[in-house]
Amino acid sequence: MSEEIKLMKGNEAIAHAAIRCGCDGYFGYPITPQSEIMETLMDEQPWKTTGMVVLQAESEVAAINMVYGGAGCGKKVMTSSSSPGVSLKQEGISYIAGAELPCLIVNVMRGGPGLGTIQPSQADYFQAVKGGGHGDYKVIVLAPASVQEMADFTALSFDLAFKYSNPAMILADGVIGQMMEKVVLPPFVDRLTKSEIEKQSPWATYGKPASRKPNVITSLELESKDMEQRNLKFQAKYREIEENEVRYEELACEDAEYLLVAFGSSARVCQKAVELAREQGIKLGLIRPITLWPFPTKLIQSYASSSKVKGFLAVEMNAGQMIEDVRLAVNGKVSVEYFGRLGGIVPTPDEVVEALKAKFL
Amino acid sequence: MTTKDIIKPENLVYTKSRILNDTPMHYCPGCSHGVVHKLIAEVVEEMDIQEDVIGVAPVGCAVFAYNYLDFDFQEAAHGRAPAVATGIKRLMPEKYVFTYQGDGDLAAIGTAETIHACNRGENIVIIFINNGIYGMTGGQMAPTTLEGMKTATCPYGRDTAINGYPLNITDLLVKLEGTRYVTRQSVHNSASVRKAKNAIRKGFENSKEGKGTSVIEIVSTCNSGWKMTPDQSNKWMVENMFPAYPIGDLKDI
Ligand SMILES: Cc1ncc(C[n+]2csc(CCOP(=O)(O)OP(=O)(O)O)c2C)c(N)n1
Repeated sequence: MSEEIKLMKGNEAIAHAAIRCGCDGYFGYPITPQSEIMETLMDEQPWKTTGMVVLQAESEVAAINMVYGGAGCGKKVMTSSSSPGVSLKQEGISYIAGAELPCLIVNVMRGGPGLGTIQPSQADYFQAVKGGGHGDYKVIVLAPASVQEMADFTALSFDLAFKYSNPAMILADGVIGQMMEKVVLPPFVDRLTKSEIEKQSPWATYGKPASRKPNVITSLELESKDMEQRNLKFQAKYREIEENEVRYEELACEDAEYLLVAFGSSARVCQKAVELAREQGIKLGLIRPITLWPFPTKLIQSYASSSKVKGFLAVEMNAGQMIEDVRLAVNGKVSVEYFGRLGGIVPTPDEVVEALKAKFL
Repeated sequence: MTTKDIIKPENLVYTKSRILNDTPMHYCPGCSHGVVHKLIAEVVEEMDIQEDVIGVAPVGCAVFAYNYLDFDFQEAAHGRAPAVATGIKRLMPEKYVFTYQGDGDLAAIGTAETIHACNRGENIVIIFINNGIYGMTGGQMAPTTLEGMKTATCPYGRDTAINGYPLNITDLLVKLEGTRYVTRQSVHNSASVRKAKNAIRKGFENSKEGKGTSVIEIVSTCNSGWKMTPDQSNKWMVENMFPAYPIGDLKDI
């Protein structure tokens, strides 16, 4: 079978991948730099082909609650937005995590705080990986660094979300959303049938047959001892995810004396920086976390404990957020420095190499 | 004669719907919520749609509706029930989906979700309990609190200069193209209970036909919040709430 290679934006790749992976519903509200996701879906009209529902909601608040309703029925549902809109979704995400519902949330980040800028940024790292909304909960966070990964992570996010009954997030940025690259779209997978949903999600509210008790989707427990039990169950699940689902990519790490740690667009810049540094005789490598939560803590720990590595440089398009997780992993064994640009500016590979030299050499 | 001899179908004067389970309700004596729950249970039983109903109960006194009604339920965040119901109904159009919302939920924090679900003409039933107060959180001012009415957050009575006017949101929903049936009912005596039940049944029947949203407001009492006896609050409701929120059908297409 010949693979069909297409040229498209990251945002468009997500839309096509969603239709192809058997997504049942998309609910969203326009915001730059991710509006192409809903625009592409509306243009494709998947309700005429796969039966996927696409609806423009009155707000991000409404959209995430439509996701809650659909996910509660065991359906494969998603929403997408950019930073200010994802802030509005936080209440709903907390409820979804609290009710243990699977769903996909896409955040194509732009610079903040406030209305900020429509230019790319990675400043929602904390919001994505540390909770964002209220309560002790975790969202599985995948950080694509190419248009191909925008497509691939759509299906992967749903798989992980359903495996753990937990929301999953694709944390991209304006660069990955807007740039055009070649992509091989995943093959078409049928949407789940009613009986498949009942088997996969026996807890879902698909209508109570006489044979079972009512299913209830809720995050409410009035008794604190019950709420504690619920939380302990969540924490056990989160430890399991941390054990099983860490994903990362290593570039030129074997002999590296210095390691860059970067995700998404920053990692693309850092790939080039590694090349430039090596040309200058600096043994530089790159660790690219693919899952931001769970974070590749053990991998970073092992490099920090090796006698070879002298320092880490976290490169981020924010004021230094992921660096905190790098520092926790390194635990003082070697120095961990930060380089980044703010407000929608993408750093250049040269800037990264210069920063490395300034901090370490 | 033993009790066993007495309990026979032909001697039965009244029975609770089997959809309403035996869990003791947490509602205060005199509260309208319990009566409306009973009516929903009866309608679901009579229409034989227990397997096809999905209820959405947002935060408010009725957040535990799922403990009493034996069908699938989703608890929603405060104000978000119409959006949650939209998600359910769009993905499972063959189901009967309804929301059960208080006035704070529907007409304050959830105003946008309410108006837009109705404007899209979602084929859902919205049951709106208007008791003029925030029951669950201890009797604070609601958007529907009457002028001069005392609550915990307007202890000297609602002053329109400070708090604005009682919001008659149902009148607004009538104007939206997406609504097909909008009615205001009450459950304070047996005649009104019968009428309210008919209205609820009509709402459920409408949603099957897919022609738009049905909104059933139930003007209700909250004797705890109003600091009255159940009997006093029924009288107070008739004298004060009904003039502001008149009972009857507002739209029926
Ligand atoms: C976001 C949010 N804000 C506030 C609350 C607190 N709260 C719970 S119920 C409620 C008001 C309930 O009033 P109403 O909707 O009229 O229903 P009732 O309790 O009177 O039946 C409030 C303010 C909440 N749970 N969530």
